[in-house]
Amino acid sequence: MSRISKRADARRLSDADGAVSGPHPLSDDGLAGPADEPTGAPRAGVPGSLEEAEPHLVDPEAGPVTGNSPPPPDNIVVELRDVYKGFGPKKILKGVNLAVERGTSAVVLGGSGTGKSVLTKHVVGLLQPDKGEVWVLGERLDLMTQEQLDAKRTRLGYLFQGGALFDSMTVFENMRFFLDRLTTLRKDEKDDLIMESLEDVNLPQTRDQYPAELSGGQKKRIGLARTLILRPDIILYDEPTTGLDPVSVRVVSELIVKLRDTRGISSIAITHDLLAAEIITDKAHFLLDGEIVEAGTLAEVRQSNHPALQEFFEGTDAYGHA
Amino acid sequence: METLPTDSLTQRLRAARRTRQNEKILQDKEIERKVEVRQEEVRQSSVPGEAFFAEAGGLFGFVGRFFARFWRRPFEFKELLTQMDEVGTKSLTLTGVVGFSIGIVLAMQSRGTLARFGAESFLPSMLALSVIKEIGPVLTALVLAGRLGAGMGAELGSMKVTEQIDALEVAALKPFHYLVVTRVLACVIMFPIMTMLTDMLALTGGYLEAVLSGGMDIRVFIGTAFDSLRFTDVVVDTMKTSVFGFIVGIVSCYLGYNVRGGTREVGRAAMQSVVISSLLILISDVVIVRASIMIFGDISDAA
Repeated sequence: MSRISKRADARRLSDADGAVSGPHPLSDDGLAGPADEPTGAPRAGVPGSLEEAEPHLVDPEAGPVTGNSPPPPDNIVVELRDVYKGFGPKKILKGVNLAVERGTSAVVLGGSGTGKSVLTKHVVGLLQPDKGEVWVLGERLDLMTQEQLDAKRTRLGYLFQGGALFDSMTVFENMRFFLDRLTTLRKDEKDDLIMESLEDVNLPQTRDQYPAELSGGQKKRIGLARTLILRPDIILYDEPTTGLDPVSVRVVSELIVKLRDTRGISSIAITHDLLAAEIITDKAHFLLDGEIVEAGTLAEVRQSNHPALQEFFEGTDAYGHA
Repeated sequence: METLPTDSLTQRLRAARRTRQNEKILQDKEIERKVEVRQEEVRQSSVPGEAFFAEAGGLFGFVGRFFARFWRRPFEFKELLTQMDEVGTKSLTLTGVVGFSIGIVLAMQSRGTLARFGAESFLPSMLALSVIKEIGPVLTALVLAGRLGAGMGAELGSMKVTEQIDALEVAALKPFHYLVVTRVLACVIMFPIMTMLTDMLALTGGYLEAVLSGGMDIRVFIGTAFDSLRFTDVVVDTMKTSVFGFIVGIVSCYLGYNVRGGTREVGRAAMQSVVISSLLILISDVVIVRASIMIFGDISDAA
């Protein structure tokens, strides 16, 4: 029996229940597990042996958090639970736990090569965890089929480090490309939306330019405009200010704050830029060696006694306090 | 706790020095780590042939993914046309010149040999046989592999390293359909068409040579040229370039799509696309020709 039909089955059951308070046996991750198995004869559509369906769910090494756990509360839009990820012999994430509340900005701090990008790529499903759970907007991303994942992705935005604009198209075409493919809007509606988004980032004059003609900061802002045009609920920022001059850092950071305040967009930003972090952060998480070693407000993280954190903040103090 | 070194110059300079030292330590650590990783990689790949099999496995997986997806929505007709334009129209000059000059050269070179046996009148049929059965298809495919393989490998590779492919993926825009399926299908469709054009131009070149040096009549040329050919030969030998097109498309897209790292890897992917697709074209040609002789018989059956 395929995973899809099994999951669909489980979802139908959970839908029939309507709003459930607390963990419903079948609404947790859409999968039937040992604890959830209804007594009596097994339902059609659920394989007899769990091993053949979801081998990692019965992994003897699986920690207590993985498996069939209840969904996070409503005000948590993104939650990573004990996420492990490695590439070959290299282990990048070693049990990351992270929760982001609705309408807040979480910032993941850490040096280069600590796995910050790997972490955010899990939240949009570009990478699948080796072990652990990825909850986004109340559903588990790591168990979704491609179609379900694509449906969820229309509610997520991702701002890539270099903006990731398609360089064969002008700024306008870059933005229209998304609308053309994902919506059935009329031409004038699309034009309005595009101009509106460009005005949001204060760059309407770049409409007909090619990405190669833009500066690094402009590319990032256009990349942000392209993300915003689809009205995402959550935006992930991958080093939104790296390589920018302090003025642009401020502009981009304040833009992120504005989006949070005016549109209620929750966000996760990864950065090692303290100036940006000062402006953006509601809750900071410090990633070190594949684990979140410290979390809290920026001031709390700053005052941590962890030697690596002290080194990090000391190393960046010379650039001044925002 | 928070000592902010903004009040005195001494403190600022001290902090700056500390920062530099920290940076240096971090850099050193980073280099050490990279060396370790590289050593680990070398140890891992020292098993003979392992990298080769891993790559071949990856390629077959990619082919499987192509066949699982190309008949599913979304169908990118517009992009397919753009790619067909790229494979066809924009390569026309290249393949045209290659075909035309090969036709002339082939006629010039064969004339002497044939004249020695007093078989000059067989020139048109020899030309037609060699061009349509082998030189046309293989040469077109190789030339296009050079042009398109490098182009696709580099284009997809740089899209990968600048995260444009990830951006498509995250926006639920199915980059595999948009980038890979269209390119591979464009190659499969356009390669036979390009081959026919090359064949025609090569024969035209040969005819021109024959007219200029022997004053051959066009009706005689066409008559003798096509006398020795069977319809199945023309069809099979032209359509085998669809397979070549598939090879070029899938290999270049696979290598470009899976680039990891920076610009150096992009260049490597472009180069490898050309090399690997050229080799695979020649190997598959052997297989296809052998199979077609087994199924349709030798050319000697035609007489």
